[in-house]
Amino acid sequence: MAELILDSVSQSYAERQIIADLTFTLPEGAIGCLLGPSGCGKTTALRCISGFEPIQSGEIRIGGEVVSRPGWMLAAEKRRVGMVFQDYALFPHLTVAKNVGFGLRNISKEVRQARIDELLQLVGLAAHTGQYPHQLSGGQQQRVALARALAPRPRLILMDEPFSNLDVELRERLSLEVRDILKREATTALIVTHDQHEAFSLADWVGVMHQGRIQQWDTPYNLYHEPANRFVADFVGQGALVTGEVINDHQVEIELGVLDGHIPVECDASGCDECVRNCRVDVLLRPDDIIHDDDSLLLAEVENKAFRGAEFLYTLKLPSGQRALSLVPSHHNHAIGERIGIRLAVDHVVAFRRE
Amino acid sequence: MLFALAVAALVLVPVVVTFSSFAQVERDILSHLIEFALPELVGNTLWLVLGVGLGVSVLGVSLAWLTAMCEFPGRRVFGWALLLPLALPAYVTAFVAIGLLDFTGPLQTWLRDGWGITGLPEIRSRGGVILVMSLALYPYVYLIAKNAFATQGAIALEAAQSLGLSRTQGFFRVALPMARPWIAAGLMLALMETLADFGTMAIFNYDTFTTAIYKAWYSLFSLAAAAQLASILILFVLVAVVFEQRSRTQMRYSTVGRSAAQRRIKLSPALAGLALLYAGTVLAVAFIIPVTQLILWTRDVMADDLDARYWAFAWHSVLLAGIGALMVVAVALLLAYAGRQRPGTAMMWTQRLATLGYAFPGAVLAVGLFIPVAALDNWLIDAGQAWFGFEGTEILKGTLLIMLLAYLVRFLAVGFGPIDSGLHRITRNVDEAAKNLGTGAAGLLARVHLPMLRASLLTAATFAFVDIMKEMPITLMTRPFGWDTLAVRVFEMTSEGEWERAALPALAIVIAGIIPIILLTWREARSLD
Repeated sequence: MAELILDSVSQSYAERQIIADLTFTLPEGAIGCLLGPSGCGKTTALRCISGFEPIQSGEIRIGGEVVSRPGWMLAAEKRRVGMVFQDYALFPHLTVAKNVGFGLRNISKEVRQARIDELLQLVGLAAHTGQYPHQLSGGQQQRVALARALAPRPRLILMDEPFSNLDVELRERLSLEVRDILKREATTALIVTHDQHEAFSLADWVGVMHQGRIQQWDTPYNLYHEPANRFVADFVGQGALVTGEVINDHQVEIELGVLDGHIPVECDASGCDECVRNCRVDVLLRPDDIIHDDDSLLLAEVENKAFRGAEFLYTLKLPSGQRALSLVPSHHNHAIGERIGIRLAVDHVVAFRRE
Repeated sequence: MLFALAVAALVLVPVVVTFSSFAQVERDILSHLIEFALPELVGNTLWLVLGVGLGVSVLGVSLAWLTAMCEFPGRRVFGWALLLPLALPAYVTAFVAIGLLDFTGPLQTWLRDGWGITGLPEIRSRGGVILVMSLALYPYVYLIAKNAFATQGAIALEAAQSLGLSRTQGFFRVALPMARPWIAAGLMLALMETLADFGTMAIFNYDTFTTAIYKAWYSLFSLAAAAQLASILILFVLVAVVFEQRSRTQMRYSTVGRSAAQRRIKLSPALAGLALLYAGTVLAVAFIIPVTQLILWTRDVMADDLDARYWAFAWHSVLLAGIGALMVVAVALLLAYAGRQRPGTAMMWTQRLATLGYAFPGAVLAVGLFIPVAALDNWLIDAGQAWFGFEGTEILKGTLLIMLLAYLVRFLAVGFGPIDSGLHRITRNVDEAAKNLGTGAAGLLARVHLPMLRASLLTAATFAFVDIMKEMPITLMTRPFGWDTLAVRVFEMTSEGEWERAALPALAIVIAGIIPIILLTWREARSLD
């Protein structure tokens, strides 16, 4: 239970920069998540924190103590950082109880047993103490791995793609369960995943990573509604970019109408006025920003549709030929090629300057 | 890395030594060899390789196909029972066959006296050697081909049938070509054993390189001639090694879909009967009859031969096999660990080289390691005389050193295989998990690696132990005085034609040999679960 701070950490392997200038703070007891496509450096970041990879610049602090700096690192076995591996890495020759008790050393037998019982109770495996890992299902193995990592009360828990070996349904249920367990143990935890649903349902803080850098470190809500750049906008959630023109600092015009709100377009220091005014931008439209309305005079052609059960996700072709997405209740079943009425319902305007 | 290189160097020593023997030619012996011995040796060897190659391929592939892909009564039992001939060293099958089928043997006597039938083909012939070797070595092909058919045969066959081929066409045009790398790897192993075999050839009096090396060593007392013969044999072996290694790289398991279990071909009653008859005959001839005969002979001589001398042979066998197996396991473990610490292409090649000794015939290793150790010994004696007034003629030569080194080189692969694959099953994440939980290097070894490797270490030790017990030429040629083993006893009794008296030590070797087969089948059954 401690705060984790990464201060401009960089790491490269064979001349290739894996992570660059990684900076974020995970408060004590919070659950953080590094989200990104494969190869973005998130697993390497985790291995730097756990003490298996050296860093070339910056500093990693756990609970105020420096654990890694260039040329020096505290040995992994002395960090008190627990880790849940993607393949769980359970010890196949030990029972569930002995796996969980593996890291509990130099304490009395009673205390040890009590802690094992407590954790198995917590993860709901009290009935499986004497079984071996291969006798358990994937979800159960995952929970043993978590209990094993939590047992020595580490200062920090790291989880590498913890649900990637499980099927989709189990994934969702288990991620809520894991969040519950972590919160009850009041552990600081950092999770690595490429699945945004997992990140959103688990984490208090999410860092979107791309090409070794953190693009945005924020709450899930802000990541979705106020993405800091095009990569985040594209990677998190669905949506489409349509061209627009800035009218003033609180209005932007797109082909479907004028949007009101704060226009967070950064401008150059010089010639600021000109830049903001008449500046061409791309405006992000989420599927829930466009509402289907039969009475609307604004029409768009249905180009494609995906049935989602409760709703349809329509891909619409706007009059100019640009594309946008719209989420529509599923009793509005329109054929491909049909023109339907739409209207805008945009809360947060997200716009990026055209490049 | 240094350690791995040292082990690899040990393998190269015999090669270098035997080839460098051409530096000091004993002219009359060499010309005698070239003129009289060589043509016959090469001819005999080629015939043997051809015949045994054909024999083990036909027996191994057909039996593998039957037990893996067809359904007939007794299939499950035959599945493992057909491996049993592995427990019989070829030299045991050989002397039992001669004892039974010789002119004075029971079969011919019975036919002659009872029916007046004579003129059965002579068993002590080229055909006889090939037959015996094929029966003893077909399991190498059978085991590996059965694996290939079981994992991909059914799919291959169904694909072929969906494209309009009959089952027979499917077998010859799809399933068989697909399994070719496996069959080739098994075949090459069988041929290496054929080239390495000494005991059978000695019993049949069939001159090949191994027996020639032995004769050069004991009758001509010419180390150089023995080494020169050994170097030619190495050339033969290397061809087999190249083929084997190439086939191995082509082996790719693709276990798509269900296993063959539910999709075996149901044979018609007539065909099923034929299959049963065929598999039953092979098993009977290759295992049941020889073992029964061994037991009968043993019963006859037990009262006389089961004495203190016999127990001394048995004790020597167990002791040598035990020490040898421990050495093999220790070196294999270190070699496998070296690979884990420093993975890479260089290490992979070093490991491959270090475990190549299985291909070298024992007779070659005996010569190739005796020469350098003897040289070292002479140097030590000279030095000892000069500095300490040492009086004596041998220091290292009289010890077990040469023999144990030769065992190590020859059987390192047997131990390395299971240990290395066991170590590969311990993923890096397991190591890191233990470290995250506060365990240091010593704790990692004691609490995680050794417990997880226990089964692999045991398997490796068992295989090495039994192989050393069966081993004949190394033991025969390099044992110090007084170190006679069961295998040596078999050799001595058979070279005097006393088949009955060879049966008792042979039976002990066979019983020991059954253990690894049980292990093998047990492990296979578990992996199919």
